[in-house]
This record gives sequence, C-alpha cells and structure tokens, in this order.
Amino acid sequence: MTFARAWTSGAEGLLPAGKLHAPTVALLAIMTFVMLVVAAAGLALANAAGAVAGGVENRYVVEIPAAATPDLPRALAAVRSAPGVRAASAIPESEMRATLGRWLGEAASSSDLPVPALVTLELAPGADQGAIEAAVRRQVPSARLLSESGELRPLLGSLHALQWVALALVLMMAAAAASAVVLATRGALDTHRTTIEIMHGIGATDAQLSRLFERKIAVDAIAGAVAGTVAAGIVLLLAGGGAAVLAGELMSIVPLGALDLAFLLLLPLAVVILATLVARWTLLRALRETL
Amino acid sequence: MRKPACAGRTCLAAIVQFESVGLRYGTGAEVLRDLDFTLSQGGFYFLTGASGAGKTSLLKLLYLAQRPTRGRIRLFGDDLSDSPRDWLPDFRRRIGVVFQDFRLIRHLSAYDNVALPLRIAGRDPVQIDSAVGEMLDWVGLGDRAGARPATLSGGEQQRVAIARAVITQPDLLVADEPTGNVDAEMARRLLHLFSALNGLGTTVVVATHDLGLIASNPGAELMRLDKGALVDPTGSLKNPPLSPQREAGA
Repeated sequence: MTFARAWTSGAEGLLPAGKLHAPTVALLAIMTFVMLVVAAAGLALANAAGAVAGGVENRYVVEIPAAATPDLPRALAAVRSAPGVRAASAIPESEMRATLGRWLGEAASSSDLPVPALVTLELAPGADQGAIEAAVRRQVPSARLLSESGELRPLLGSLHALQWVALALVLMMAAAAASAVVLATRGALDTHRTTIEIMHGIGATDAQLSRLFERKIAVDAIAGAVAGTVAAGIVLLLAGGGAAVLAGELMSIVPLGALDLAFLLLLPLAVVILATLVARWTLLRALRETL
Repeated sequence: MRKPACAGRTCLAAIVQFESVGLRYGTGAEVLRDLDFTLSQGGFYFLTGASGAGKTSLLKLLYLAQRPTRGRIRLFGDDLSDSPRDWLPDFRRRIGVVFQDFRLIRHLSAYDNVALPLRIAGRDPVQIDSAVGEMLDWVGLGDRAGARPATLSGGEQQRVAIARAVITQPDLLVADEPTGNVDAEMARRLLHLFSALNGLGTTVVVATHDLGLIASNPGAELMRLDKGALVDPTGSLKNPPLSPQREAGA
C-alpha cells in the first residue's frame, strides 16, 4: 500500500485541508492570464504575418516612370506574353490619382503631378523574374520589376520580432510562476516545519512528505490556472468581438485556428505541471538539507 | 567495547553502540563528549542528570534526529554515523519516541496522531483502526479519539504521544520525561506499559528526573549524565552491570 493511499483513510488534514493559499493562487492566476493573452497575441501575429506573406508571395509590380507612361501598352503586352506570368493588369491612372488624393487632396488630380504607370502581376511558383524583367525592359528600358513581398519585408520582420517578444514574455511568465511556486513552497515548509520534523522522526521518507505538499501546491496551481484562464477567455472574447473568436477569428481580422486554441488551452495545464514539478524539486532540495 | 549485558533471560546482542561520541551544535562547545557505551537488546535504561547535562541531546542521537560530530554510533548493528540519509527512515520506524513537548500534529485528531506511524509504514487501514482504538482505550482516551491536541490537557497530550510512540511495538523506545505531565496513577500505568513492551523485547530508554519512577523499576540500568559526559563512579558506564535484582532473577 502506498503512503498516499493509506493517507486517504482519514488523515488528509495533516496540512490544513481545503484552504487555498490565496497569494499563490492569485499570483498563478495573474501569470496564467498574462501568458494566455500574450500567447494569443503572439499566435495572432504569427497568423497575420503568415497571411500577409502568403498573400504577396508571388505578387510583383512593374513600375514605369511617368515620362514613359505612353509605353504602358507595350510593357503590358510584354509581361502578359512572358513565361510564368499567371495574370497581369495595369492599374488605371484614375485609380492611382484617387489613391494619392487621400494624402494630396485636389493636387492629386493636377496634370502637373507626375504619376508612374503600374502593372500588377502574379507569377507562377518558380517563374524566372529576371527573364520577365528583361522582356519588359526590352520594350521599356526604364521599367522596374518590384516584389511586393520585398516591399513588405520590414513589416513582416517587425511582425516576426513581435512573435519572439511574445514567446519571450510567455517564458518569462513561466519563470516568474516557477519562482512564485518556489517561494510558496518554502513558505509552506516554514509554516509546517514542526510537522515535517515529527513526520521525519516517525520514519516518513522525503517522497512521502513531498507528496503531501505537492498535492497542496497542485491544488493551488489548478485554482490559479482556472481563474487565469477564465479571465483571459473573457478578455479575449470581448476583444475579439464575442462570437468572432468562437468562429475562429480574433479581433475580427486575424484568425486563431483550432490548433492555436488547443495550444492556448494547454498553457494552463503546463502551468499546473510546472508548478507541481517545481514544488517537488524545491521540497526535495529543502528536505535534503535536514537530517 | 565490553560484551553486551545479559538480562536474565538470554545473553542479548547490542542494539546501540556509542564509540567516543561527541556532539556540538554549530561552533559551540561540545554538549556531549566521549560517550562510550552499549545498550543491549531488551534492556531497560534510565537516563538521569541535571538540567542541561545533555540528556535530550543524547536522546536525539538515539532517535536519529542528530548525527554525532565525532565518534561512531551503531544502531541495530549498522553504523549510522555517516550513513546516507535515505537509510534513516527505515531505522526511525523501528524507534518509538516520546518527546518532552509531546510533538503532536495540531491539525490531526488524537486518533490520527496515534495512527500516523502505522500509516507511514503503510499498514492496512483495518489493522490501523483496530490497533489505534485499542491503544487509545489503553491510555484512557478512547472517548477522546476525535479531539485535537489543543483541546486535550497536558496529561492527555502526553498519553497520545506515548500511544503514538509505542503503537508500532518498536525495537527501541526513547522517552524524554514521559511522566512529567501525568498523575501518579497514569505514571504507574505508563511504566507498566513500558515494562510490558520491554518484556516483548523492546529496548527502553527513559530520560527522567523522577526518582520514584526509577525506584519503581529496580531491574533497570541507570545512566547518569553530567556536563555532557556519562558519569559512573562504579565503572559501569561502558556496559552497565546487571542490577542485583536482575542478577537474582537470572
């Protein structure tokens, strides 16, 4: 018979049972809350970055300086006939001036404002960009082939950096939670030092003593993790527009997939496991310092 | 080291051996020095001495709450002076201890305090229930089984502590002033319990100032501590000689 099994026969109250250690629960709840919100934000950023990068991955623009805009039809024909070009279309000058009008106002309509001609094109995977650019330049020497993903690289770089920041924050929260558990465990050991001495004196092993405290810390961790998860869930639902999150979208813009939600739900479980393991390590280490 | 004492029934083996044992706390002076004696299996020993002589420290060495700072201690045939601490629980389960300050766990009832050593040893719950009930009845606390220590008088707490110490029928029973908080009748019954256990083969060591208690067990050996050293002008320190009464019974 194991000690734990024997212990269930009426002596569960060795440590004051049924009382949660409020500071530990509160700390773990806050850390679980922050971890979940930060992790959700990180996942949303990852998904956003993926969506943006995927959307422009094979998209290019041929830019024709204003002075050469009369050559636009020839450039468009050259692009369309080039191998590997799935689609190509010129952006009407009126559309471009309308876009510029948001910043320049009436001045955007002035004929004095030089506006380049743009051709957007989508390439097949593996298309030879050099050959396409050469074909266009044979018709319009001043034309340039620009990659949209290249233009967005700084933005994507920032999004990736933010993902790493989110991951670092989650790990820091985990480390802080572990530290809180170490302090709580040491506090529990100090509080129950006499009980530990008596138990040791009667022949209890470190493992038996550790199990009693682990269970108490685990209960505190579960309570904290559940509270933090509920709070984070409410915040994310509110931030995401309620049903939008349930439908798989966060903030109505960036989707959180089923795998993302599963990962988020695993985080509180990880907090509980981490707390229990850290408590065991702390307990055994402290008990080894006694005789 | 002299041979183990013969206690009338058979020539018994040494259950405890101290060899040049010293103990100091931290960097202070030695509180025990040059202890060199043997306790025989089935022996009954009284440990006496003035307050501060080192009785409690010696008992701590016996029930493995302290390691000696020098010398060797053999318990149940094994040298535990610097043994791995993982060994100690098994040895401690063979030792019953009655602490001077009772050391009951305040969150547990009298029943659960007494049951604790059996639970730690992994005994069957049915056996535990039977044994604990019988023991509490014996010490006169059968009707206080559910009481917490804080609601018990000093004497009742002492009886719970004694019940907890003896419930496993230990090989070695160590008691620090066990009758300090009980009346004369209970003291007599406790001594009777210790003697009964001793008769079953348990080695009993009782630290006490109670001369009446010592006098009521004339077959016991006497060990006297003075300023951390065993004092025995009769030369019986290393292996106390049989008392005349026990020799007469042999």
